[in-house]
Amino acid sequence: MSPTRRTALGLAVTLAVVAVAAPFLPRWAGFLVTIAIAKALVALGLLLLMRTGLVSFGQGLYFAIGAYAAGVGADALKVTDAVPMVLLGAVAAGLAALLLGLLLARYRTIFFAMLSLAFSMILYGLLVKTSALGSTDGFNVAAKTVFGLDVAGPVGRFGIYGLAALVAFLGAVGIDLYLRTHLGRLAPAIRDNELRVEYMGASVRSVVHLHLVLAAILAGAGGAVTALAVGHVDPESAYWTTSGEFVFVAILSGTGSVAAPFAGALLLELLRSFAYEHAPNTWQLVVGGVMLAVILFLPEGLWSVFRRRRAAA
Amino acid sequence: MSAILETRGLTKTFGAVTAANALDVAIEAGSVVGLIGGNGAGKTTFINLVTGYLKPTSGTVHFGGRDITGMAPRQVTRLGLCRSFQIPQVFDSLTAYENLLVGLGIVSLGRKAFVGSALGDQRPEAVAEQMLQRFHLGPYRDVLASTLPEGVRKLLDIAMALAVKPRILLLDEPTSGVSADEKFSLMDLVLEAIRAEGVTVLFVEHDMDVVRRYVQRILAFYEGRIIADGPPAEVMAHPEVRRLVVGEAQPAGEGGC
Repeated sequence: MSPTRRTALGLAVTLAVVAVAAPFLPRWAGFLVTIAIAKALVALGLLLLMRTGLVSFGQGLYFAIGAYAAGVGADALKVTDAVPMVLLGAVAAGLAALLLGLLLARYRTIFFAMLSLAFSMILYGLLVKTSALGSTDGFNVAAKTVFGLDVAGPVGRFGIYGLAALVAFLGAVGIDLYLRTHLGRLAPAIRDNELRVEYMGASVRSVVHLHLVLAAILAGAGGAVTALAVGHVDPESAYWTTSGEFVFVAILSGTGSVAAPFAGALLLELLRSFAYEHAPNTWQLVVGGVMLAVILFLPEGLWSVFRRRRAAA
Repeated sequence: MSAILETRGLTKTFGAVTAANALDVAIEAGSVVGLIGGNGAGKTTFINLVTGYLKPTSGTVHFGGRDITGMAPRQVTRLGLCRSFQIPQVFDSLTAYENLLVGLGIVSLGRKAFVGSALGDQRPEAVAEQMLQRFHLGPYRDVLASTLPEGVRKLLDIAMALAVKPRILLLDEPTSGVSADEKFSLMDLVLEAIRAEGVTVLFVEHDMDVVRRYVQRILAFYEGRIIADGPPAEVMAHPEVRRLVVGEAQPAGEGGC
């Protein structure tokens, strides 16, 4: 079986398990999985950027744009179904990256990281000062239906959870397929040696720009899913700590597989929830300690455990 | 024969230093040309100017009758003017096979950017396998480029340049870093592969034995100028080349001050 089919099959089985598990999960667990998936979508975009040799500390920008666009766009367009709301979020974030990428695609290393952070903090500042968007309080976001099913109904109440899982499946399979195309193969080549890529006839800046847009689309979708799951958006989604959390997930997960961000995000959410319950005043210490351990013992992220086991087999 | 590559008054200055001084060169299609000269003579600057890595201070570069002066490396490469490097520029985290596949994939990008191997298109993969065999890289197919021996990295670097289907190939010191007993076998291999493609070749080389054996014409550089241009025997006998490039002692009464 080809690696593409193996990955797609693995993700399809996971999607089926997640869907079947829905009615049996307590409400808090369903919410936790939905939020983990939403964050993993952003980390999936970071995976693509990291494979291209870029680390963005500003994915909160696109996450926030996705969340706000889902709310504002739905209100303006009188959309009440969650599916077009998520699409709105993804498209709005993608368009923002299309514009900002004209500048961002020129920079690398710390300059790229700081510039991306700066853009997200500019948005944060704008959101805080914009009373029409609720200033620091933000505003509520709600969908009446998901795929046409009433969210208060017996099936529809799992709608956001199911939608998150479906978006995650499509995102992961899409990125996995993309990374195996000729264009996708340029990601590690650009990370290794930009000069050589140019001397083989490809435009490094165009590929980087494309990857910025793809990562933003995923972040926007993640933001919209979060807004729908939480029922609220506020400027914190663009704040630097939110962006830092996405980088945290990406480093914790590793870039070895498109499935890694989902495992990493779920682990982080579980870890945080239990740490918060058992050590409410020092939970950050626990999370930081785990991160330190991962960096020390699994520098290529949690996913490298599977690779080592496969190599040993 | 018609000139495939032509430079007129090609000049590059870095402050007070003139690295290329009004170079007028015409390269015939299908020829194998050697570029010789000491360190800092302007050979690599010439390659960098022609391939778009450096922008000339003045002068023009024409390739296949088209003015390519100031074009970016990727644009020049797409037209069929490709290069290899003195220090091999390979993708360290990829295997030898994947390195070739990147180049072959770029060639096919113009036609079908999103229809790669994931959807069943096997053509670039098959070509990559053929190239591995032709360049005797088969045993290193799945070896990461970062762990390849220097001579093999050099070969891979050249194969990558050839993967993007050049009409003219500029090789920057293809035998540097290669052991003395491997130089001829490497050049035999490279030129045999290149001849099969009908590619014009320019290569920078310090080893005069290699130059004499493979080229039909030599351009001898010194301080950014071309001091001799012609068949190997003629250029090697040129007094300035013998004195300034080859470094042979001059007979009493000949040249010098």
